[in-house]
Amino acid sequence: MLAGLVVVMAAGVGGVALRQRLATGTPRQQPRLTAAATPHLAAGSATTVLAADSAPVVGYAPPTRLERPGGGRELRVCADPNNLPFSNARGEGFENRLAELVARELGATVRYTWWAQRRGFARNTLNARVCDLVMGVPSSYELAWPTRPYYRSTYVFVVRKDRGLRVRSFDDAVLRRPGLRIGVQVIGDDYANTPPAHALARRGLGDHVVGYTVYGDYAQPNPPARVVEAVARGEVDVAVVWGPLAGYFAPRQPVSLELTPVAPQIDPPFLPFVFDIAMATRRGDSTFRGQLERILVARRPAIDSILAEYGVPRVDVGAHATAPDPAPDPAFESALDTAPAPTHDLPPGTAVSLRP
Amino acid sequence: MPAVRPLARPASPSTRLAAALVPSLLLAFPLLLGGCGRHERDMQMTEAPGRTTVGAAPNAPLPPQGSQPRRGPTGAAAPADDGQWTMATKDYANTRYSTLAQIDTATVKNLQLKWTFETGVLRGHEEAPLVVGSTMYIVTPYPNILYALDLTKEGALRWKYEPKPMAAAQGVACCDVVNRGPAYADGKIFYNTLDAHTVAVDASTGRELWRTKVGDIQIGETVTMAPMVAKGKVFVGNSGGELGVRGWITALDASTGKIAWRAYNTGPDNDVLIGARFRPFYPSDSGVDLGVKTWPPDKWKIGGGNVWGFLAYDPELDLLYHGTGNPGSWNPELRPGDNKWSTGVFARDPDDGQAVWYYQSSPHDLFDHDGINESILVDLPWQGQPRKLMLRPERNGFFYVMDRTSGQVLSATAYGYVNSAKGVDLKTGRLIPNDAKQPQTGKVVREICPAAPGLKDWQPAAWSPKLRLVFLPHQNLCMDWEGVEASYIAGTPYVGVNTKFYAGPGGHRGELLAWDPLAAKPVWSVKERFPVWSGTVVTAGDVVFYGTMDGYFKAVNARTGAPLWQFKVGSGIISQPVTYRGPDGKQYVAVVSGVGGWSGAIVAAGLDPRDSTAGGGFVNAMRDLPQYTGKGGTVYVFALP
Repeated sequence: MLAGLVVVMAAGVGGVALRQRLATGTPRQQPRLTAAATPHLAAGSATTVLAADSAPVVGYAPPTRLERPGGGRELRVCADPNNLPFSNARGEGFENRLAELVARELGATVRYTWWAQRRGFARNTLNARVCDLVMGVPSSYELAWPTRPYYRSTYVFVVRKDRGLRVRSFDDAVLRRPGLRIGVQVIGDDYANTPPAHALARRGLGDHVVGYTVYGDYAQPNPPARVVEAVARGEVDVAVVWGPLAGYFAPRQPVSLELTPVAPQIDPPFLPFVFDIAMATRRGDSTFRGQLERILVARRPAIDSILAEYGVPRVDVGAHATAPDPAPDPAFESALDTAPAPTHDLPPGTAVSLRP
Repeated sequence: MPAVRPLARPASPSTRLAAALVPSLLLAFPLLLGGCGRHERDMQMTEAPGRTTVGAAPNAPLPPQGSQPRRGPTGAAAPADDGQWTMATKDYANTRYSTLAQIDTATVKNLQLKWTFETGVLRGHEEAPLVVGSTMYIVTPYPNILYALDLTKEGALRWKYEPKPMAAAQGVACCDVVNRGPAYADGKIFYNTLDAHTVAVDASTGRELWRTKVGDIQIGETVTMAPMVAKGKVFVGNSGGELGVRGWITALDASTGKIAWRAYNTGPDNDVLIGARFRPFYPSDSGVDLGVKTWPPDKWKIGGGNVWGFLAYDPELDLLYHGTGNPGSWNPELRPGDNKWSTGVFARDPDDGQAVWYYQSSPHDLFDHDGINESILVDLPWQGQPRKLMLRPERNGFFYVMDRTSGQVLSATAYGYVNSAKGVDLKTGRLIPNDAKQPQTGKVVREICPAAPGLKDWQPAAWSPKLRLVFLPHQNLCMDWEGVEASYIAGTPYVGVNTKFYAGPGGHRGELLAWDPLAAKPVWSVKERFPVWSGTVVTAGDVVFYGTMDGYFKAVNARTGAPLWQFKVGSGIISQPVTYRGPDGKQYVAVVSGVGGWSGAIVAAGLDPRDSTAGGGFVNAMRDLPQYTGKGGTVYVFALP
C-alpha cells in the first residue's frame, strides 16, 4: 500500500513521541516538523530536518523541482497526520492515495511533512517551503494557488435511519421541533464559522445547536469525526456535516445513518454549502501547477474512483465516479487536449452519489 | 522618530526646559507622518473626522513634586522597593514603578550598554527578566528555557533549565509562542510552559522541584501568561479562546505543585466558584448560574473567557484580581446574551477561589476585545475621599477607574479614538454599543476602531505614584471587516472573515500615552510608527522606559514625554523592561529584544506580507516591519558609566 514512500524522520522529542504513539496505534499531533509516516519504516530511515522558520516569501517563489540533490525524484506533500478520511500518518486517507497517484505520474516518491491542518497550516507548510503540495483546499483559497478543482462536495444532513426524521432543507419545519438538537462543527474564531452554524443562527435556531469544535481532542483519532458519532449515539438528532467526513464515517457507525445534501446549496445572499476542492501549490508555482492539472484531467477516472471508495458525496459527477482505476496511460500528455473539463454547473437538485 | 506632544502645563523648571524643545518636534511631526503613512489607507485616516481625544484635554495639572505617599501607592500591594524585580509586574499592584533614581532625567543620557545575553530563540520575546539577589532569570518563548545569569559577572550563565515542552504546542498557540515571564518566591522560580504545564525550579541550582500539567494542548489549551505567587499559592490561567477552549484560573500549592482550586469563567456557579460571598456591584451580574443562562443551551462549554493577562493581588483586602478573555467559538449570532463571565474582571478569594465581585467591560463581545488587560491597584482620594482604586486601561478603548473593594466603575473614558462603542453608562456599568459598527455575517463594515487587538492589548502600563500618572503603551489601529467565502481547517471548508488592520486617526500605529486617571485626561503622548507592543517601567527618577517594534529602547521624561535617550537593539522590542539595583549598588535597566507576538508575527513567523488578512488581519498594518527589524532574542543591560 505504501510502496514508494520516502520517510523523513523528525529530530527532537516530538518526532520520537509521535513514533511511539504510532506504534501503539494512536497517531497524534505533530505539527512542527516532518515525522515518520509508519512506525516500522521510521526506525532506520533518513534524518533530514526541515527548517519551518523560513524567511517570508518575497515575490514569486522559485518553481518546484522534484529532483533531489542525491538523485531520484520526490513529491513533497504536507498533510495532517490524524484526519481521516483525508489523510493520516499511516497513509490511509484518500488524500494519501491521491498523493501516491500524482507521484506515480510524476515518476516520484511521496515525502510527507505532517502538520495538523489548523490556523497557520499554509503558512507553516506550503509557504514555508517545507513541501510543495497540499492535496485539498477550497478552489477559492487565497493563501495558495489552487489547481482546477477535482471534486465538488456539499454539506449534508446526517440522521439515524431509525429516527424517521426527514430533513432536506434548513427551512424544514422539523428543525424547529421543540427539543430537537442539531450538531454542527464550529471553528472557534468568532465570526468565522461553518456554513451550517451561520445558517441556523440566521434562522433563529441557535437554541437547537450543539457545537463540536472542528479541532476536537487531537489525542483521539480523527477528531472531526465526533459530530458524526454524536448522531449515531443519539447525542444529537441531526448533524450538518461536510460531505467527505460524513460519507466516510457514517457507514462506520454501529447504526445505520442517512445522508442528505443540504438545501439550499447557497443560502442567500451568499452562504455556500457546496465547495469545489482543489490541490494547492505555492503562489506562482505555475509549471508545477500545470503538471498537476494535466494529471487531474488525464487521471480523472482514477481520482473519481478513489473518492468513491471513500464515500465522498459528489455534486459534480454522475455514473463514472465508480469507474475502475485504469492503468497509467504512458501517453497521457497527448490525451489532455481532448479530455473533457470537469462539469461544475449542474443545476440545483442534481442527483448526488452518496454510496461508496 | 516619534513626535512629542505636550498636553500639560509644565510643572517644574526641568519640564519647562523640555517643553521648550517641543515646538521643533511638533514641526517635524507632519514630515514624519508622511514618512510612515505609506499606505493610502493611513493617509485617508489622517483626514477622518472624530480624531483621538488626545490633544482635546490640555492643561491637566500635574501634582506637586514630592507628593509620593509614604507607604507607596497601595501599601501592602506595592511594598517598599528593595531594588529587586521578583515578578513581571514588579509588585502585586502592577505598578512597574521603581524607587531607584540614580538614573534620572538628567543622567539618563549617559546610559551605556554593559552586557548582553543571547537567548538562542528567535520567536517573539514578551517576557520580563527577573532579578533576585545577584541573579537574573530569563524565560524564553517556546521551548521555554529558563536561564540564570550571574549579575556579578556581566550576565555569565549560572545554569539553564530546559523543560522540553511538547513541540505540538507550537501548532496550537494562537499568536506566536510567547511567554510573559516567571515569578519568584521562597527560593523558587515558577513559570508556565507553552504546552500547559507549570514548573517550579530551585532558584539557586536550576533543579526542577515539581511540574504540574494544568491544561491539555490536545484540546487547544496553552499557557503563555506570567504566574503570580501569593499566600503559598501559584496562580495560573489558560489561553486558547480562539480554539473554543473554556477559560479558567487555577491555584497550585507553591511547595508541591498540587492543584488547590480551579475556577472556570463559563458554566454553572459551582464551576465558576460563585457562592455566598459573591456581591457584584451591578444587578446585571447577579443571578443564579449566569455563566449558563447568558448563553444559549450548552454554548458555554466551549465559550472562551480565558485568563492570559497579568494578575493582581491586594494583601489588605485579600483579593486576587484577574481579567477574562473574549467569548469564543461561536459567531455572535449564535451566542445571544452577555456570555458571562467572559470579557470582564473578577475579584476572588485567593485561598479558595471563591468569587467576590465581577464586572463585565464588554458584554457579548463582538470585536475580540478581551478583558485581560492589567489591573493597577492604587490608593488615592476620589472626589475628596480616600479610596481603594483599580485602574484598567481596557482593550475596548476605555480607561476604567474602579473601586476595587466593590467592582463599581467610577469613571470610564476613551483614551484614544473609539467608535466601536459610544461610552460606558456609569449607572448600569454597561458599555453602550454602536450599532453602526456591529459586524454581521455577510456584511462589510469599515473603520471599526479600535481593531481586534483593542486600543491596548496585553502590553502592560506603568504607574508613577509620585506623578500620579499611568504610562500606557498602546496601538492606534482600526479595521475593516468582511466575510469571505472559503477558508479551510482540518478538512472542513468554512466561511471565514477577513479583517484588515491599519493606522487609526493620525496615521501613527502606536503611542506611549501619559494618562491622568483622576482627571481622566491625557497629559502627553509620544507617537510611534508601529504599535507600542512593549511594556513600560517608570522610576522615581521620572524616567519612563519602553521599547519599539522597530528596535529602539527609549527613555522619555515622565513629566513631559520629552525624549531623553535611545539605543538601537538587534531586533524589535515587545517585552517588559525592568530596572534593578545590581550587586555593585548601581541602578541597571534591562530589556529583552526579539520581535514577534501577534503584532510582530510578520517577522517572527514569516507571514506573507501580500496576504493582508494574515495574522488575523495584523499583517496588513505591519507590512513594512520587516524593513525595520529582523528576528532576534537578546537581553540588553544598561547602566551609567
